[in-house]
Amino acid sequence: MKILVVAEHDNSTLKGSTNSTIAAAKEIGSDISVLVVGNSCSSVATEVASLDGVTNVMLAEDEIYSNFLAEDLAKLVESVSDEYEYILAPATTFGKNFLPRVSALLDSQQISEITEVVSSDTFKRPIYAGSCIATVKSLETKKIISVRSTAFDGVVVGPSEAPISNVASLDSLNISSFVNEDLAVSDRPELTAADIVVSGGRGMQSGDNFHLLDSIADKLGAAVGASRAAVDAGFVPNDYQVGQTGKIVAPDLYIAVGISGAIQHLAGMKDSKVIVAINKDEDAPIFQVADYGLVADLFEALPELDSKL
Amino acid sequence: MKILVPIKRVVDYNVKVRPLSDQSNVDLNNVKMSVNPFCEIALEEAVRLKESGAATEVIAVTVGKQASQEQLRTALALGADRAILVESDTLAEPLVIAKALAKICEDEKPHLIILGKQAIDGDNNQTGQMLSALMGYSQATNASEIKLSADSADVTREIDGGLQTIKISLPAIVTTDLRLNEPRYASLPNIMKAKKKELNIINLSEMGFDTSIRTELLSVELPPQRAAGVIVESVDELIDKLKNEAKVIS
Ligand SMILES: Cc1cc2nc3c(=O)[nH]c(=O)nc-3n(C[C@H](O)[C@H](O)[C@H](O)COP(=O)(O)OP(=O)(O)OC[C@H]3O[C@@H](n4cnc5c(N)ncnc54)[C@H](O)[C@@H]3O)c2cc1C
Repeated sequence: MKILVVAEHDNSTLKGSTNSTIAAAKEIGSDISVLVVGNSCSSVATEVASLDGVTNVMLAEDEIYSNFLAEDLAKLVESVSDEYEYILAPATTFGKNFLPRVSALLDSQQISEITEVVSSDTFKRPIYAGSCIATVKSLETKKIISVRSTAFDGVVVGPSEAPISNVASLDSLNISSFVNEDLAVSDRPELTAADIVVSGGRGMQSGDNFHLLDSIADKLGAAVGASRAAVDAGFVPNDYQVGQTGKIVAPDLYIAVGISGAIQHLAGMKDSKVIVAINKDEDAPIFQVADYGLVADLFEALPELDSKL
Repeated sequence: MKILVPIKRVVDYNVKVRPLSDQSNVDLNNVKMSVNPFCEIALEEAVRLKESGAATEVIAVTVGKQASQEQLRTALALGADRAILVESDTLAEPLVIAKALAKICEDEKPHLIILGKQAIDGDNNQTGQMLSALMGYSQATNASEIKLSADSADVTREIDGGLQTIKISLPAIVTTDLRLNEPRYASLPNIMKAKKKELNIINLSEMGFDTSIRTELLSVELPPQRAAGVIVESVDELIDKLKNEAKVIS
């Protein structure tokens, strides 16, 4: 069973979502090729080649792949897909953007965001914002699968180096182009990779008040997240959002402050190991999933917590 | 400029969905059905483009069961000019839906197709990208801003790291994220007017491609339930529990 994994990276370093996708691939089979597509990204290929479970690495470098535009990326993946029975990518905004195109080009119905490999053709995946878990069997000969990163512990460096080969780039379709990017820069750990996440909701009342969380996060080495309501209200940027349509996190500790616990928010954090909720409403649904609940006004609880940590 | 807005009938987002007792599927008996929230945003954007003069016609389309007419009527009440139902007896998979939409695109030749980034039932996030690949059109997923010009659009996308802006040439597919706009409510006069608007029905099985199932649903179950937690009385107790019981902070 030959498996192709499409790597997520930023042209200089590999994203952890790739390690998780390779881990999912290992549960399916042992012949795993990883395709690294980008611009001047040979360092990423070297990094992938050292990972446990990787049989070989294919590297396609070209300016047209600098920003991973979906149309050109999907076309390249299609061009190398012949010999593979499985094509996997992380279910991040990177993978979600191009993988369904590959699925359409190869006429094979994709399975999105698997959280468990049951057998070589059967997988589990959350549906309805994680209210239910579906077990689905793919009848396709070529299976196209996106992988939820938090559900698989990423592979680490293995005993041997896999060989790296080059793949020819293709002509650009020239129907889309990159204009600019506004990426968050933070000294804190990345939300999806952090061991501790401190999130604020509408109860925070303003963006300024998030400094109450920032200070606690810095003491704990935590990332800061938010509910959709906090993002919509403009307290924090969109990349903070945790939930059904934001990021999926599963840290050791998740602290939800001034968040009511809507199903769409829970969808993004309820697989955290320990959940703490701080909310002044004792009936808030968040307390139903919290291991430790503190019924309190956050404007009193947070400064106290900060001073005692 | 013609805009096509594919929409989907789904369980209302306030409903807590549960498995059937035999775990064969989710229990959708007597639950409230609505237009998928992301599709409402797509429709709102299209209607605003028409109101601003940038677009001339907005067509709503859905691939679904007969009951989906209800959601098409909602779309008409919200400002779509006409609607198309591609009727299917079963819930079609995304690739089948994309193929049906591709046929509609061939007939209608829209300049822009705006649809939701995902439907909140299957949470697949596939249809827009698939349609784009089938048509050979450009795509911009997770849009939070669309700036339309005559033959291209600048679209700002919500990505994991922040925001990205790309230029796509028309015809193009845009999928919507939550912050693109705030959809309006349908007014009573518009609901009445919508009853008289054109709604055409095409049968999926007559579209001339294979619609057979490619994924079998084996079972649906509840996710593992979390054990009940405790309410702590003070910040001190919370810190103590986290340090000494859960051992997640030091
Ligand atoms: C299609 C769709 C997708 C969605 N996707 C997401 C998603 O990905 N992520 C997400 O988070 N949401 C998502 N939502 C929105 C979701 O339904 C909720 O509206 C949102 O999560 C609510 O955010 P909140 O808990 O911050 O706000 P609220 O529900 O308003 O809760 C605020 C909480 O703060 C508490 N509070 C207020 N003041 C204080 C105080 N001084 N001290 C202590 N507590 C206080 C209140 O008691 C309340 O419980 C989605 C919705 C839809 C329809």
